[in-house]
Amino acid sequence: MMRAVSAAETAPPVYAWAVHAEALVARAGRHVAVDRLDLALGTGVHGLLGPNGAGKTTLMRTLATVVRPSGGRLHLLGEPVTGRADLRRIRRGLGYLPQHFGFYPRFTVREFVEYMAWLKEMPKGAIPGAVQRAIDRVGLAGRADRRMKTLSGGMLRRAGIAQAIVNDPDLLLLDEPTVGLDPEQRVGFRELLREIGTDCCVLTSTHLVEDVAAACADVVLISDGRLVWQGDTQQLADRGGAGDAGDSATERGYAALLRAHRGGTGTTAQARDGQARGGQDRGGRDRDGSPA
Amino acid sequence: MTPHPTGALLSRYARGADGVDEATVWALEAHLECCAACRAALAGAVDPATVALLDEVAVRIGAGVAAGPGPARPRRLRRTGVAARTVRWLAAAAVTVLAAVACEKSFASMPSLVLLVAPMAPLLPVAAVWSRHTDPAWELVATGARAGLWLLLRRTLAVLLAVTPVLAVAGWQTGHAPARWLLPCLAFTAGSLALGAAIGVDRAAVALALGWSAAVVLPSLAGQRLPGVLDSAAWPLWTGVLAVCVAVLLARGAGRRAGPGRP
Ligand SMILES: [Zn+2]
Repeated sequence: MMRAVSAAETAPPVYAWAVHAEALVARAGRHVAVDRLDLALGTGVHGLLGPNGAGKTTLMRTLATVVRPSGGRLHLLGEPVTGRADLRRIRRGLGYLPQHFGFYPRFTVREFVEYMAWLKEMPKGAIPGAVQRAIDRVGLAGRADRRMKTLSGGMLRRAGIAQAIVNDPDLLLLDEPTVGLDPEQRVGFRELLREIGTDCCVLTSTHLVEDVAAACADVVLISDGRLVWQGDTQQLADRGGAGDAGDSATERGYAALLRAHRGGTGTTAQARDGQARGGQDRGGRDRDGSPA
Repeated sequence: MTPHPTGALLSRYARGADGVDEATVWALEAHLECCAACRAALAGAVDPATVALLDEVAVRIGAGVAAGPGPARPRRLRRTGVAARTVRWLAAAAVTVLAAVACEKSFASMPSLVLLVAPMAPLLPVAAVWSRHTDPAWELVATGARAGLWLLLRRTLAVLLAVTPVLAVAGWQTGHAPARWLLPCLAFTAGSLALGAAIGVDRAAVALALGWSAAVVLPSLAGQRLPGVLDSAAWPLWTGVLAVCVAVLLARGAGRRAGPGRP
């Protein structure tokens, strides 16, 4: 028998952006951590960069539907995220690895990923196979039946990635996923990211600019809760001059953009690359979604 | 089933010859998947080098399967995220109720401790199953599609299924009618969930437990008499409270989109 392909599997997405934020405001406690942020992300791997305290984690948690937006408009996978909205459809298509990955220490890796798959409302019959595949993809197959508390930091991080990708998410949010991974695992992880990013919107936050250069096609730079710059990694590298701090072109570009932002010239830099991008590969739309 | 393909087509397919167009290959493969006779014919049509290669692949896959981890057996008892963390709170509730039974049997002059404790018995375990402090994976739970009212009700039901039998034993040992301990227990549980929609279930449960202790338990112990609300005649009151709390809970959809510990 041929494998039946359901209509849902082949249906094209009906939304233009997996993430579409307009003047998004979100708070961490009383502090406004995301301040009138405009952001549109489509399929591909996007790296979220920014200095400490820029609002990266709050933005991640807002996109993961943990934090409720306190202002502006946010659409995820084409569905609005508002006060009374039913978020189940978004959440079924969501994968999330929080910065502080909490887990049940007595669970085995397989039990934990299974439980997360159940929480994501995956069909019961699909869970065992999907769990095995997710564990294989992060290279934990040999340790699937070990208890979580016996895993090292790097293995825990990989278990965290396995639970995030178990439902083949359409939107994958990874907050500092490479913390605790050794250089070899980091290379493997970048390959996995590129593979997932072919048909999924991946947003990965990191403080390592080199991770972004290696794994991401697109870079989102935020500071003080606002979008400073969005462009591809090559454009980021081109931004740097010989006088900027950093060991690589990407790091120098990052430093130059932040310096320009702090000097008050960030807006022009943002506008220019936004239009360049729009003209090249976004079908004549600029960042805030209006026809260019 | 589609008709059997000719021997000529099979051998051309086996050789990977160019003359076979895609539609034919598609139909042929669909047929081969469910026709053992044609698969056997195909095996005969393949050249020796390919047969050797296939044998080699089969041997290696067999070795890999034998050396690798065995298939995971499906477990009958599915672990849940709740059980392990809640056991100690359930044990504390059970010990409290049983201590109340012992007290009540030893000191006949005191007001019924079992009745005074019953409304609070499920509150701490309920707080524990829906709190950021006791659920290490709360952030992941909160982003699950199942997060919200039904997951909360499911966990609360699990707590009630564990606490109620202990209370039943206590009620039977001390000779109180079920309505006198079960209704307040259910009303307080529903109350903590309804109030939880505003301030978080864990805080609501703790607040109700403290409030009940301060407003009813301590005065009763000091005054050496049971308050009227715990009389058998008070059942309409408790039923009413229970109904109102359930209505509020369903209407507000407590934590319909939220995870543990959040309003
Ligand atoms: Zn046949």
